[in-house]
Amino acid sequence: MGAATETFYNVIRRQGITRRSFLKFCGLTAVSLGLGPLAASHIANALETKPRLPVIWMHGLECTCCSESFIRSAHPLVKDAVLSMISLDYDDTIMAAAGHQAEAILEETRVKYKGQYVLAVEGNPPLNEDGMFCIDGGKPFVEKLRSMADDCMAIIAWGTCASWGCVQAAKPNPTGATPIDKVITNKPIIKVPGCPPIAEVMTGVVTFITTFGKLPELDRQGRPKMFYSQRIHDKCYRRPHFDAGQFVEEWDDEGARKGYCLYKMGCKGPTTYNACSTVRWNGGISFPIQSGHGCFACPEDGFWDRGSAYDHLTTIKQFGIEKTADQIGMAAAGAVGLSVAAHAVVTAAKRLTRKGDGAAQDNHRG
Amino acid sequence: MLDKMPQGVTTRIDNDAARRDRSVEHDVVDLYEAPMWLWHWVNAAAILVLGVTGYFIGTGTAAMLGQPSNSLVFRYIRFVHFSAGYVLTVGFLLRIYLALVGNSHARQIFYVPLWRRCFWSELWHALRWYAFLAAKPEKHVGHNPLALLAMFFMFTLTSAFMIVTGFALYAQGSGNDSWQYQLFGWVFAIWPNSQDVHTWHHLGLWVIVCFALVHIYAVIWEAVVSRRSIRSSMISGEREFRG
Repeated sequence: MGAATETFYNVIRRQGITRRSFLKFCGLTAVSLGLGPLAASHIANALETKPRLPVIWMHGLECTCCSESFIRSAHPLVKDAVLSMISLDYDDTIMAAAGHQAEAILEETRVKYKGQYVLAVEGNPPLNEDGMFCIDGGKPFVEKLRSMADDCMAIIAWGTCASWGCVQAAKPNPTGATPIDKVITNKPIIKVPGCPPIAEVMTGVVTFITTFGKLPELDRQGRPKMFYSQRIHDKCYRRPHFDAGQFVEEWDDEGARKGYCLYKMGCKGPTTYNACSTVRWNGGISFPIQSGHGCFACPEDGFWDRGSAYDHLTTIKQFGIEKTADQIGMAAAGAVGLSVAAHAVVTAAKRLTRKGDGAAQDNHRG
Repeated sequence: MLDKMPQGVTTRIDNDAARRDRSVEHDVVDLYEAPMWLWHWVNAAAILVLGVTGYFIGTGTAAMLGQPSNSLVFRYIRFVHFSAGYVLTVGFLLRIYLALVGNSHARQIFYVPLWRRCFWSELWHALRWYAFLAAKPEKHVGHNPLALLAMFFMFTLTSAFMIVTGFALYAQGSGNDSWQYQLFGWVFAIWPNSQDVHTWHHLGLWVIVCFALVHIYAVIWEAVVSRRSIRSSMISGEREFRG
């Protein structure tokens, strides 16, 4: 554990990386975080002087897609993040130690870095049946989460599972899967939603915390503003087609071939906050819309429970059969229209039948 | 407030000969003041524009080929929607001000006097009247209880809801630093997934459509059958009880 007191700079110099490459890395990181020109030197200074941040990475109910994404980070490379910037003391998926040895690290970190380590949680704890749906090291995961959360500095909730609940929390949620912020309420929690989150967003958040020794600014929903303050729609390269009213109507029509806006195909870009349309995926190669498919809204709350993936408005199931807002609205307007028409017909009929004595009645009223 | 109604309403006896003729024959009540008249029609126009453009924004326009630089159709539709939204909002605020300074009729659409026993008896009568069971309508100077319910729940509350959700959705485009987000961002605390806000905003359109249908039909029906003039009241500001 002595390595944890080493600085990032010590580590990379030992690995044979030149100071020039180090400064280039600082510059790139500053740009990817959207910081000003002086920030690169601040980052360099921080990485030279601050001890590496101890990180405990835990896995609850999840599919490990967050880890899969994380290890593909290109800027910064994940090896830099894991081996140099932070001191990843525990991650049961990729760590060398196993069994009791691995579990011992948890206790050691908890004692040695009390209030200083970051708890990164991938997945969420199921609460039904006392948490028995997710057993980790012979104990319910929720117990492990609570005990490690007690002494941590902050929690990073990786992915939609930890942030919102995701697929295991979709209705009817038999295991009672619950997002981290509903279980741990006394620690700062950074939500990094996405299924999975973008690799560079994950390492970007880690870099920010390492660099500045504080948590990034969060929005109303607890997500880092630097990556989640704009919608996919706002920075989408197909936005000009949206403004021009050029939409794909069928998956194989002329508009689809020309790369028109996928709004009418149910793209959820207008309601989805993430950095896909700017950072993109797999080293900036592509993202769903670029490959011709609408956005799924994977980083949004309860995206599994919002009906079809091909409707940008929620399917409403309260009326027995699945309906869209438009179908319900038109049915309601139709019903009102019909009753109005029926009422008018009855009125007319009554007036016609009363025509004979109508004059008398009018006189009576006057 | 309703018990103050007789004082608030001035029976109008005009010097104008034609008017005098009418007021001798019928009871003419000066019901709606000029600003109310202005608000009603500006509001109606804004709702019409918002409804049509909103429907297109929700469903998307028909396919158009060609270069995107040649056309900004959807942009314009959205621009018109947003502008009309601002008009509606300013009108709504003006309407609240009118309710505060105007006569008691100006306050009618902002509350339903559910606590009054006469409200329930009048409501029962109005229901019977619309169901052709009552022989005569009651003479309400303002809205009848059924109309009050529709006005309050389908128009006033829905309008307020549409304004709040509308600005919240607008804030998605104008960004987290905008005043729209500062003022209306709390909507996303209720519905963290903004897709729900879009869906509710869309359903609100159909509530307004239903209201408009009932409203326009009731106005015509009242003019023809009950022989009182909501329609001409909003056109001239007076209400007369004919025949």
